[in-house]
Amino acid sequence: MTMELWLEQEEADRETFEMTFMIPIENGNGVKNAEADSQRTLYPYVTGTSVVAIKYKDGILMASDMGGSYGSTLRYKNIERMKAIGKHSLLGASGEISDFQEILRYLDELMLNDNMWDDGNSLGPKEVHNYLTRVMYNRRNKFNPLWNTLVLGGVKNGEKYLGMVSMIGVSFEDNHVATGFGNHLARPILRDEWREDLSFEEGVKLLEKCMRVLLYRDRSAINKLQIAKMTEEGVTVSEPYSLKTFWDFKAFTNPTVGAEGSW
Amino acid sequence: MTKQHANWSPYDNNGGTCVAIAGSDYCVIAADTRMSTGYSILSRDYSKIHKLADRAVLSSSGFQADVKALQKVLKSRHLIYQHQHNKQMSWLDEEGKGCVFTYDAVGSYERVGYGAQGSGSTLIMPFLDNQLKSPSPLLLPKQDSNTPLSEAEAVDLVKTVFASATERDIYTGDKLEIMILKADGIKTELMDLRKD
Repeated sequence: MTMELWLEQEEADRETFEMTFMIPIENGNGVKNAEADSQRTLYPYVTGTSVVAIKYKDGILMASDMGGSYGSTLRYKNIERMKAIGKHSLLGASGEISDFQEILRYLDELMLNDNMWDDGNSLGPKEVHNYLTRVMYNRRNKFNPLWNTLVLGGVKNGEKYLGMVSMIGVSFEDNHVATGFGNHLARPILRDEWREDLSFEEGVKLLEKCMRVLLYRDRSAINKLQIAKMTEEGVTVSEPYSLKTFWDFKAFTNPTVGAEGSW
Repeated sequence: MTKQHANWSPYDNNGGTCVAIAGSDYCVIAADTRMSTGYSILSRDYSKIHKLADRAVLSSSGFQADVKALQKVLKSRHLIYQHQHNKQMSWLDEEGKGCVFTYDAVGSYERVGYGAQGSGSTLIMPFLDNQLKSPSPLLLPKQDSNTPLSEAEAVDLVKTVFASATERDIYTGDKLEIMILKADGIKTELMDLRKD
């Protein structure tokens, strides 16, 4: 495929360049052309799993667990993957945690500059979503993506907004979004049961239903989640709590009963 | 140390189909509203039709991040240029006759009387060829490529082809957005398609 061929060609060109022009720098920084390449993101290391979010009557509800996996190890169990952005937006992220923290730094700078105008106007969720889409797209163009799928929700002047951006810059908005495994397991539930005017309790129940399914079926999910609420008044992120689960289904306790020759 | 190659693709196909038909004094452009990735549906309500100028409308299928970027640039410059991995169509020209241009991912373009692009294009294009029979642009003297169909007939044809494409193409469906461009303005219509 052309993409692999292009990369191979690039590698060959680079090797030729290196052999002809190796210039070590005296101050100990090593060879000058020891690659901007080694700076590129190749794999994610510490990752967060799904984020699920819905619009409800008064605004946005978003849920995510607090786990950070290092490959198959559950390394961190207290990572907040949802953060308030300014007065009107809420950002949730799955994927590489360090890239999420980098995105928070970008947004910090953005909001700072916005506040410095001191003109009574502040960036709404639509603007932040657009900014994030541009950032993700441009990083992807440089072949150095931020390895995240972001969920951006918010309320401004009574208008609710909920959108998603992927690591290659594909973005869209909808009444309910989910990242990663949530796309496969939670979205169908939401498509069936989401309504325009859910109350807060109904919304939380719906999100908990989705998170419970993810907990049972996603191996990188942990039973410690937060739910964030975004309304015209502001953002509240709940304290971490856990869902009730039931593991005593006969099929789980004795999975091979009835299967001849199984052990 | 062997260089490790990237294990992610900068491209993704978000699916979808667009169709455009040029008439004597109108232009019809239509696209489904499904956005997918792999075998998942991301959104059932994503518009692939973008207004570039008063009388110029662009519809694209394929990799939507590139489409959005393209649309932003075109909107700010009102220019046409080549871009990877998306296809676009439809215009209304100065003579008042509808005109449709199709472009492909590497920049070949052509003014045609009708066109279909995207995942359902292979299903739709032969049928349009049969119904609209546009003359070859290589003929001399140059023949009018616009269809003699009335606006209502063209809209009906578009609805029919999309309903058919939805049956067999998994990336096409949910809703159909139809834009009718005429000298006095743009009219939009929405039609339901199968959601499976």
